[in-house]
Amino acid sequence: MAVQFIETEHTQEIDLFRRELEDLKEGRGMLMQALHLAQNRFGHIPVPIQEIISKTLKVPMSTVYGVITFYTRFTLEPKGQCEVSICMGTACYIQGAAEILQELESALGIKSGETTEDGLFTITTTRCVGACGLAPVVTVNGEVHGRMDLKKMRALIGELKASYEEGDEA
Amino acid sequence: MTIDQLNEIREETFKTMNLRGLPSDSITGPYEWSVVICMGTGCTSSRSPMIRERLQALIDRDDAPGRIEIVGSGCFGLCEAGPVVIVHPGGTFYSHLEVEDIDRIYKEHLVGGEPVLDLIYEDAKTDEGLLAYSEVPFTLHQERVALRHSGHIDPENIKEYIALGGYRALHQALFEMTPESVIDEVTASGLRGRGGGGFPAGRKWHFTRLAEGDEKFVICNADEGDPGAFMDRSILEGDPHTVIEAMIIAGYAVGSHQGYIYIRAEYPIAVHRLEIAISQATELGLLGDNIFGSDFSFHLELRLGAGAFVCGEETALIASIEGYRGMPTTKPPFPAHEGLWKKPTLINNVETFANIPVILSKGAEAFRKIGTEKSPGTKVFALGGKIKNVGLVEVPMGMTLRQVIEDIGGGIPNGKKFKAVQTGGPSGGCIGEKYLDTPIDFDSLTAIGSMMGSGGMIVMDEDNCAVDVARFYMDFIAEESCGKCTPCREGTTRMLEILEDITEGRGDEESIPRLLRLAKTAQRASLCALGQTSANPVLSTIETFREEYEAHIKEKRCPAGVCQELTTYFITDKCIGCTKCARNCPVSCIDGKVKELHVIRQDECIKCGTCQEVCPVDAVIRR
Repeated sequence: MAVQFIETEHTQEIDLFRRELEDLKEGRGMLMQALHLAQNRFGHIPVPIQEIISKTLKVPMSTVYGVITFYTRFTLEPKGQCEVSICMGTACYIQGAAEILQELESALGIKSGETTEDGLFTITTTRCVGACGLAPVVTVNGEVHGRMDLKKMRALIGELKASYEEGDEA
Repeated sequence: MTIDQLNEIREETFKTMNLRGLPSDSITGPYEWSVVICMGTGCTSSRSPMIRERLQALIDRDDAPGRIEIVGSGCFGLCEAGPVVIVHPGGTFYSHLEVEDIDRIYKEHLVGGEPVLDLIYEDAKTDEGLLAYSEVPFTLHQERVALRHSGHIDPENIKEYIALGGYRALHQALFEMTPESVIDEVTASGLRGRGGGGFPAGRKWHFTRLAEGDEKFVICNADEGDPGAFMDRSILEGDPHTVIEAMIIAGYAVGSHQGYIYIRAEYPIAVHRLEIAISQATELGLLGDNIFGSDFSFHLELRLGAGAFVCGEETALIASIEGYRGMPTTKPPFPAHEGLWKKPTLINNVETFANIPVILSKGAEAFRKIGTEKSPGTKVFALGGKIKNVGLVEVPMGMTLRQVIEDIGGGIPNGKKFKAVQTGGPSGGCIGEKYLDTPIDFDSLTAIGSMMGSGGMIVMDEDNCAVDVARFYMDFIAEESCGKCTPCREGTTRMLEILEDITEGRGDEESIPRLLRLAKTAQRASLCALGQTSANPVLSTIETFREEYEAHIKEKRCPAGVCQELTTYFITDKCIGCTKCARNCPVSCIDGKVKELHVIRQDECIKCGTCQEVCPVDAVIRR
């Protein structure tokens, strides 16, 4: 699902971002820092923002694009309102994370890395959040749910669907 | 800041900390009780901050702030027992708490003086009475050097670090030692890089010192990307100043005035604590210009990674700090000669740095007394997987794997059988039963086809499939390969394809020989350590579990019952004929009448496992 990033809808945000970027201009090797700022502010890094970064830091567009696509944390597409992330670290994997992911994928009808049509849910997998004592672990917008199993996953999906889909209609 | 001021802070602050089971000189402090609450990532995930808030509210309500101190500490190690709360004096060890449980601890223990028995950690209860945290089997066999302060101090308060002797090693280096003598001490200690390679730290420092350059850099590698490993994160969360102090000392020793800590953005708590620590150290004049009034200056900045495993490789990490894709370069030139912005650069890992202040303050001799001749000191491991005590452990080098797994880890839960332990993450190997008495040190682990790695240690039981584990690691490596050199980019992808074939029932007699050929090529011809070690999980599992590979290939059978394509569901005669499985089967391939044995039509089964899940009498098995 390609979402159009319309600059005129975000003028204020873009102004703030430009100001943050000014502070980085003098430093060395600031591209990564700038991309972190952009990702945090806009939830993804669309082409118009890439152009601003490229011009301000005097880094070619090709490099900006190359760096964004190299690192998994930077994304070109926006994520859903609710990001459900399954930890695929070793400790979680050997305790059944793959089955939990399958359950989530079939419940939401999307694959890992995709966002639902309505823009509500994104499924991602992550490499170890470091809460291995609670394996297997699922995070929902960063909040950790530990010691998951299929039953708990189904209950969690039910809760999330109820709260997000209701919020969407309201 | 002068040494007198530092000593003053030390004495003043230490008085307030005397309850926490530290080696104290019988100073009496202001508190009656000290409640230490773990604020590491594991316990934070199981709601420890809410316990802290609730306790604070109770204390405020009863107007007792002078009586009870609350300390938000770093990791105690036993993450499995989280959230963990320790009450001093006595070191009473509360575990697995719900937020409301703190009300009882407050009322019965902190006001009433009686520990709440049913909330105390199981292993701490013995016939002879309660064991303190420091006396339970999990803690007893450990020796904490890098983690010496974690769990004792508030990592967000620099004064508590100073109270336990912090920043005195820095003063000692600046005023009593030359840069060369600092390096000599580190060399004499025999400290080897804890990031995995085991290169002698003193030599790295020496090379960087000798290298010519108008500018030099010190980098701390905190890009702990190894899945299932959280040693460095715990050190930074529990004791950030030890790393900062060590980096300043390193700067003085090699002649650098600028340092960077490259840390994963996935570690928000560690990043936050480092930011606090850097600003507190700067405020006290321990970081910045003219440290301790000397003419030595050192500045420190954080750089966030963005989720690329290869950036743990030092040349890739440097590229990432420079703002590029994290791709490794050929060595030589080594970073010590040509590193960040082509200047001489010292890169050490978090745990390596955490040992430095101890080496300087206690001396290389004392450090060498711990561990083995060729691998002195301790090593921190993140113990995880199918083991009772999941958590962070620090043990002297030379201890055997068996001791770590059985004595500290408490063995395998649920009466299952041990299968293998995996050390070194995606670059390491699976170690089977026959090597369990191998001592843990850099050279012994390499000799049996694994490696120390940064310290992940994942235990597997009979329910884990060796081929599937090898496939899991190869999937990880193939995705994380940066793509620069062919042996790694293509080699790992092809190895992954073969492993997928085997786990999905398409393996043939050529599969293993082809894997071995590819593994050798990747090992010899890859540009960096990521590719060179990528085949270790495959090679070590083929060596130890060859018969399991052969069962997949020849008999199309997965002995552990993990590989879905190769397993079948089967209804045993325990079946009571309740029809639940038949009704829930999504493809209606289960036949049977009420109160009669049901049968699965295997050719139609999609192996979803629903029947096994819904069966009320566990009559459905997977084999």
